[in-house]
Amino acid sequence: MSDASKIPVTVLTGYLGAGKTTLLNRILSEDHGKKYAVIVNEFGEIGIDNDLIVGADEEVFEMNNGCICCTVRGDLVRIISGLMRRKGKFDAIIVETTGLADPAPVAQTFFVDEDVQKNARLDAVVTVADAKWLSDRLKDAPEAKNQIAFADVIVLNKTDLVTKPELAEVEARIRAINPYARLHRTERCQIAISDVLERGAFDLDRILEIEPEFLNAADDHDHHHHDHDHGHDHHHHDHGLKHYHDEEMQSMSLRSDKPLDPAKFMPWLQNLVQTEGGKILRSKGILAFQDDDDRYVFQGVHMMLEGDHQRKWKPDEARQSRVVFIGRELPEDAIREGFERCIVT
Amino acid sequence: MTSFDQSGEAASIVSVTDKVKPVSLGMAVTAVHYLGDRAAFVGTEESVAVVDTEGETSKVEVSGGGILSAVSDGSRILFGGDDGKVSALDKAGSVSVLATDPKRRWIDNVAVHPDGAIAWSVGKTAFVRQPKGEEKSLEVPSTAGGLAFAPKGLRLAIAHYNGATLWFPNMAGEPEFLGWAGSHHAVTFSPDNKFLVTAMHEPALHGWRLADSRHMRMTGYPSRVRSMSWGSGGRFLATSGADMVILWPFVGKDGPMGKEPAMLAPMKAKVTAVACHPKQDILACGYEDGTVLMVRMQDGAEILVRRNETPPITAIGWNAAGTWLAFSDESGEAGLLRL
Repeated sequence: MSDASKIPVTVLTGYLGAGKTTLLNRILSEDHGKKYAVIVNEFGEIGIDNDLIVGADEEVFEMNNGCICCTVRGDLVRIISGLMRRKGKFDAIIVETTGLADPAPVAQTFFVDEDVQKNARLDAVVTVADAKWLSDRLKDAPEAKNQIAFADVIVLNKTDLVTKPELAEVEARIRAINPYARLHRTERCQIAISDVLERGAFDLDRILEIEPEFLNAADDHDHHHHDHDHGHDHHHHDHGLKHYHDEEMQSMSLRSDKPLDPAKFMPWLQNLVQTEGGKILRSKGILAFQDDDDRYVFQGVHMMLEGDHQRKWKPDEARQSRVVFIGRELPEDAIREGFERCIVT
Repeated sequence: MTSFDQSGEAASIVSVTDKVKPVSLGMAVTAVHYLGDRAAFVGTEESVAVVDTEGETSKVEVSGGGILSAVSDGSRILFGGDDGKVSALDKAGSVSVLATDPKRRWIDNVAVHPDGAIAWSVGKTAFVRQPKGEEKSLEVPSTAGGLAFAPKGLRLAIAHYNGATLWFPNMAGEPEFLGWAGSHHAVTFSPDNKFLVTAMHEPALHGWRLADSRHMRMTGYPSRVRSMSWGSGGRFLATSGADMVILWPFVGKDGPMGKEPAMLAPMKAKVTAVACHPKQDILACGYEDGTVLMVRMQDGAEILVRRNETPPITAIGWNAAGTWLAFSDESGEAGLLRL
């Protein structure tokens, strides 16, 4: 994952009508000096002439490895291997998924396929969400919830169509599912391309910054809109502290200031995702191992994990380990106990 | 099911490395085919480098973009491109466009029949065009991973998810479906027309005996099989994917069922390309560390053709008479060897 020679891939998800195509058209038409290969599900929706736009079929299949949640996108394997013939002609790949797609098979393709892994790395899952309708979709569309849970970056679009309390409400619902994604508020997907693409290492350091218990909607200041009526609405300005608890999808974070024992942690993590991988949608971690001057990072999707030594710990950096899980009905107590046992005492 | 275990050790090796004529192609290479005595190295995009027996190289533009697939019948090479075109290069060196997808979709696979018929696929649709020009198409349940014509009759195998479809384009009636869970990529008929074999997305081959659709599982590979070549008149199927050449026996009516494959030329690197000699029981193989060997099938005796320490060998092939061997690594450092 730290291999700079691999082509970065951004997965663009979002429920129907949220604004994925608008964002794609902006990425492709703006003058940013980069060339993107784009894998789209609806050929022809993109109104831009680019010989590196490829139509995909979203063909999901199960790997014959006995693991039922181990699904991959066969068409992506084929398309990425085809795109590699044009290596050097583009800087990054964007994969658009349909509004009803589960992001897991797309993300898993980057973990299990040997060819894809050799050539490309998953940079970030970017989810475009409709500020007006997302709250409703989270109630009736499991795909919408999955897309929020999987996201590294959330573009909360069409914020001009909702009131401030409605916006606070939808953000709180997003945070109840996924407090770790970077959240941007936009109208018509007006967002700096660099906030969406080539984020590097999955915005991983963010998991160190966020305390989900003290989440404040004021994080990620909106670049384009100043809060003009700030002074007038103190009585109902709740600083985002209104807390939702999503009944089904949760996140949890684990932390240790003492180093971890790699001989205990790695088997524990492997075993955890093997046994609970169906419930764990995403996992990420930054780890400080005993007698190791390197920062170890990992990320996972369901049962699949990928990890590596990332870099040396900086002299002034606290050697703190942090692990987060996002999933359904997570066995929180068991996970906490297991993690505690990996801490060197 | 049939499986194999890897073991074995390298023997001392006879070398012909000083007899190889090195050729720098200056482009990334994915395959090599022979047009008469000239080797045609297929680039990743746009061009083919045609090299004569003296090592003289000329580049021919055959595609407007990435070249996704290339097959040859000995007299011409067909290409499928990401520019939506099926093109052909003939022995005289002229390029013709045989088909153009109206929506400019990728031509994922191409196939050529000895009688001149051609086939190509775009997503889920396979097309066949016969020499007289009639074009027919068939939609399969999911994207075609590979195409192959049967050696006899006009019959096309289309590999896809969960199996392969066998289609007689000139016959009414439903195409035959051979099922097996998983994603099937490259597909090949045995030269005697009795077996169909696919290379799967996972590191395995799958085969069917065509008479009764009986399954043949061929597993044990550490990585995906990318290169398959029939040798010794179709009695063996040589494959890449392990750190030795795996040679499945296809003698008798049961094919490889219940038999051990031969394991030849073990190295500390994976085999990336294999090509069986057209007439003799010899094969040539390339490895991911750049090694090229010739191997006698009978006893596994090896001859070193190129040393290691270069990028992976991606292309290897013989001319029809079996008098020339051509190979290239992925960066286009190629070699020709006269036997």
